[in-house]
Amino acid sequence: MSPLLTVALGTALLGALAGALGPFAVLRKQSLMGDVLSHAALPGICIGFLVAQERSLPALLAGALIAGLIAAGLIQLILRFTRIKPDAAMGIILSTFFALGVVLLSHIQHSGGAAQAGLSSFLFGQAAAMLASDVTLLSALAALVLLILATFWKDLKLVAFDRDYARALGRPVAAMESLLAAVTAIAIVAGLQVVGVVLMVALLIAPAVAARQWVEGLLPMVLLSALLGAGAGVSGALLSSTARGLATGPVIVLVAAGLVLLSILFAPRRGLVWRRA
Amino acid sequence: MTAFFANPDAMILLTGLLVALAAALPGCFLVLRGSSLMTDAISHAIVFGIALTWLATGYISGPIQIAGAAAAGLLTVLLIEALTRTRRLNNDAAMGLVFPTLFAAGVLIINLYARDIHLDTDTVLLGEIAFVWLDTTRIAGMDIPNAVISLTVFAALNLGFILLFWKPLKLAVFDPDFAALQGLRPGLVLGGLFALTSATAVAAFDAVGAILFVAFVIVPPATAYLLTQSLAVMVTLAALIGMGSALAGQQAALALDVSIGGMMALMTGAFFALALVAAPGKGVIATLLRRRNDRLAFACRTLVTHLHSHAAGPRVDEENAITALESHLRWPRRQIRNVVLRALDDGLVRREGAMLVLTEMGAALGRETVASVAPLIPPRPQDQPQPAPPAA
Repeated sequence: MSPLLTVALGTALLGALAGALGPFAVLRKQSLMGDVLSHAALPGICIGFLVAQERSLPALLAGALIAGLIAAGLIQLILRFTRIKPDAAMGIILSTFFALGVVLLSHIQHSGGAAQAGLSSFLFGQAAAMLASDVTLLSALAALVLLILATFWKDLKLVAFDRDYARALGRPVAAMESLLAAVTAIAIVAGLQVVGVVLMVALLIAPAVAARQWVEGLLPMVLLSALLGAGAGVSGALLSSTARGLATGPVIVLVAAGLVLLSILFAPRRGLVWRRA
Repeated sequence: MTAFFANPDAMILLTGLLVALAAALPGCFLVLRGSSLMTDAISHAIVFGIALTWLATGYISGPIQIAGAAAAGLLTVLLIEALTRTRRLNNDAAMGLVFPTLFAAGVLIINLYARDIHLDTDTVLLGEIAFVWLDTTRIAGMDIPNAVISLTVFAALNLGFILLFWKPLKLAVFDPDFAALQGLRPGLVLGGLFALTSATAVAAFDAVGAILFVAFVIVPPATAYLLTQSLAVMVTLAALIGMGSALAGQQAALALDVSIGGMMALMTGAFFALALVAAPGKGVIATLLRRRNDRLAFACRTLVTHLHSHAAGPRVDEENAITALESHLRWPRRQIRNVVLRALDDGLVRREGAMLVLTEMGAALGRETVASVAPLIPPRPQDQPQPAPPAA
């Protein structure tokens, strides 16, 4: 495979993965959880690196996943025991986990060794460095997410729209929410090395918001959102290959943001343009 | 004095203290208002402001750059509110869309046009407090670090703003509708607060980076919030906790040879964790103890009510024996032990051989409980008044 094809395929898979999960974050008004999880992944990535002693993708992914779940658990703890508002609880965990990550990163850098090379690309993303093995991993993750969505579709749908009703029905709401957090954390970690810690949150939210303007119903929304995510991924990768200095991550995010703007303005019925006219 | 300003460690600490002070002051109001994550959004979006200002004017530092970045911060707030008002998406999604987009645009501008100057995303996100003492301006014969100068200005501005607009800010945070009725323009003071926060973020990010600045804005105020009910005390405590974190962070970073800015921010988290676990009244330990105490008090009341309802009955010897509680109240032995001990301590019951007998106080509590629940319980057949036996 040519490098460009690899990158385009990888960003398409990532876009589809994030796009398929996005609706669950957006509909539950948990969009910024993605922001928290992506920042909280940093210490996990560092610890994964320290344990494996090399830039081994499975170790970094596992570390990031565990850190993300701990972060989500700590937010619940703060909310359960104090009257601190949810946004403050998220901000506390986001910033202190990131601080821990920065401290660990500096420790790794000070202890030297060539092995740490490429670790910072995890932070800021470097799509061009994507390898065929990364694409394989992304396909496996996409298949896993697809399987999970299909298996628990009904409960996930209930949780997305009315968690209190789902609880009253005796459905496993907490388990579904943890499952969503875990899958989202995996998708975010997979995306970190492509678009970086800050831009990953947009990749999760933008396709879902855009898709919501065009369709009703969860299934069409998830499908369209995955499609739009993949489209933004591919076109971002292709556009960024046209000029030096056009980093892939930011271009993908700008394309996705453009899709949102178009959708909010021009989508049939919900579009603002039709309202005003 | 000259020696003081030439000492790198002293300058690093001073910078950290000033960041902590300047961040905690507006932070308290942002945390109370529920706008904590707006700080996160602003601190990322200023990258766009910095890049655009550089493109338009060529300034990479100084007042013009700070003004440009502050404008970008305000733009972020306004864009998020405008998007939310279209009612096509929720506030959290709007926030999660706007700041990465502005950040992406800023990064692209930097990548495309500013490759050769000192402006890269690593520095913006992470900062490097260890080098603040290298970049100085000569004032009154002393080389004072630029970060110290700008942060002193913003700490003073933030303090002045908060003192000057204390009442409108307080009302805008706790009761914006009432503030609007009073003609206090809550939108305007909050706008000022966001603008000052953005400008402070620009001044601070050279030192600690955008995300670690967020830690100083959110975490010390949230910690102080766990420790007090008074706004004035909270603001003071937050500033002190932030500065304590800067001091402890620098010491720990020097000892462990790790990032100083990261360690300072991590220390705010350590203080928060301490308060979360141990804060009097609102901490986890205090909450667990209070819940246990409430459960025990309720169980005591149940015990007293049980004893009271059988005290005048025919089978009092059987019902009110300690050994009967296990089967009658369905409590495990441990629970019985704890409850009876508590009831004895509180002077609600006393032991008479195998029997538990209510004291005056216990009987009063029993009567009160029965009276308070009586209207809620439908009468049972055996509770109906029996016809008086015919007179002999």
